[in-house]
Amino acid sequence: MEAFAHAGVHADRLLPTLTLRRWVKTIAVLIVLSFLGLLICLQYGTERIPFGTMLRLLAGSDSQASTGPSPAVILWEVRLPRLLLAFLVGASLATVGVTLQALLRNPLADPYILGISSGAALGAALAVQFGVSWAFAGFSAIHLFAFIGAAVTMIGIYHIAADGGRIPIQTLLLAGVIINAILSALILFITSLSDSTSAFRLFFWLMGSLATLGYAGLLALAVYVVLGLVVLFGEARHLNLLSLGEEPAKGLGLEVERIKRVIFFTSALLTGAVVAVSGLIGFVGMIVPHGVRMVLGPDHRLVLPAAALVGGTFLAIADTIARSLLAPTELPVGVITALYGGPFFIYLLMSRRKSHMG
Amino acid sequence: MDINYHLDQVSFRYSDQWVLRDFSLEVHEGEILGIIGPNGSGKTSLLKLMAGLLYPQAGRLTLRGQDISTLDARALARQAAMVPQENHVLFPFTVAEVVLMGRFVHQNGWGWESPEDLRIARAAIQVMDLEPLVDRTFQELSGGERQRTIIARALAQQAPILLLDEPTAFLDIKHQLEIYATLRRLNQDRGVTIVVVSHDLNLASQYCQRLLLLHEGRRFCTGSPAEVLTAENLGIVYGCEVLIDQHPEAGTPRITLPALVSVGGVFKNDTRTTLF
Repeated sequence: MEAFAHAGVHADRLLPTLTLRRWVKTIAVLIVLSFLGLLICLQYGTERIPFGTMLRLLAGSDSQASTGPSPAVILWEVRLPRLLLAFLVGASLATVGVTLQALLRNPLADPYILGISSGAALGAALAVQFGVSWAFAGFSAIHLFAFIGAAVTMIGIYHIAADGGRIPIQTLLLAGVIINAILSALILFITSLSDSTSAFRLFFWLMGSLATLGYAGLLALAVYVVLGLVVLFGEARHLNLLSLGEEPAKGLGLEVERIKRVIFFTSALLTGAVVAVSGLIGFVGMIVPHGVRMVLGPDHRLVLPAAALVGGTFLAIADTIARSLLAPTELPVGVITALYGGPFFIYLLMSRRKSHMG
Repeated sequence: MDINYHLDQVSFRYSDQWVLRDFSLEVHEGEILGIIGPNGSGKTSLLKLMAGLLYPQAGRLTLRGQDISTLDARALARQAAMVPQENHVLFPFTVAEVVLMGRFVHQNGWGWESPEDLRIARAAIQVMDLEPLVDRTFQELSGGERQRTIIARALAQQAPILLLDEPTAFLDIKHQLEIYATLRRLNQDRGVTIVVVSHDLNLASQYCQRLLLLHEGRRFCTGSPAEVLTAENLGIVYGCEVLIDQHPEAGTPRITLPALVSVGGVFKNDTRTTLF
């Protein structure tokens, strides 16, 4: 290779590619924007807390309230934990979406559409129904069952769809639809076995809601989410190769089977943890990665952390809308994401078909 | 002469039909070996076996003395770079990014491309005449430009063995020539061993030192282009009459199809003839 490497090639004329400088700049900007977005969301709820008052309260100078729950309590005990939960859930769903899209080589893959979230939900519903209730270090039987449900579904989807190496988009979506239908039937079956109160709770949870978890639960979730995200970020470059297809990736030196196991395990863990606390929240894992790729390009070293930040903020905003739109009535946040995610999905599907015909 | 690949009684099948049966072959270090044969004769499977992308069900396949099933993907990719026939890049990666993926096997973990990686990728891009296209996404490229990008990626991999599956299938004549000239130069200057599957018998005749003619998953014959590319051999294997003379400059065999098509015996007792 040296033979032609010398002929007129200047080592300093670099190729246009992702550099550390660009990575740091982009992520820094996204962190600042996310932070600002969260602060703005924090103002809204049943009652708006003005920005100045909010900052004072957050800084700790508590002006004594007269009657009812003080703004400080609302802020610290209600809004902030919920906002942080939304951020963690959104970040996880978007990251899992990015990962599945690279693994399945399909930009429309999403844990919700493919039924992986439903698998986790079925697991969680089973744990609740049969009263399996042990917990250790914030990790409960519900989490474990949700994880198993997500993992089994994911591996099932992969084997149905990946037959023969390439995955036609229709096969994948069809597999998702059918798996979703089967899992929904099973969940409904379980729901119908339980009494009306818990059936209602189950039903509300299935629509996707971010009811308060409390700081202890939040911390436990944060540990799993951060661990999961870090593991997936570590596979970023591998995902670049994997998105070319398994055989080419292997030809370039990637240990495809090992990477796939890591991805299956970690994505299932994240999906399970998130579904167990927030139910079925759709489309975040599809819309966010798509937008991020459009703006930042396809390199997963940048797309993964960016999608996590954007996804977290996105869901925090969606949840704020869900809480404020018909206040004091609360909409399930899954309804909000589905209402603008669904049309977006149809748009993507149609524009894809057009570009394939053209 | 050192042996790069040694295939000993190798058999391979996808499902129930054998693609290769009791196949034996040696690939010598520093040679350009052309694999030719009709559709479905097992050319691509043979190449994928050598790349470690498929594993034989029977027989032994060694790469530089090591059983290929004992090598991991990384060790294999350092030894042999593969240029697949079909390439799909789903996300909008640019030419520069695709070529840099060839450097993966020389990098560790997360992190960024070293100046060395960039220099080598850039050189590969230059050789493949892709400089004006570095910023374009792979999806925007024509078939020939894509092919050249994938070859540049294989060059950036810097493996001592290059395996190419129909590298000139989508190329115009200028780039066909350039690719074979580049392969020959890599072979002569750097001692790169090259195994190339080709449908273009004339290019194979001109640029390969040795040819392997496959027939229904078995070796029909191997030898110099002059030994392999005879009207008799091709007539039997392809079932088609050909005219053979000499290349006016190189003196290698030149294959031409006859002006009047007579598909030797193939359609004679075929019911399809009644359709015409």
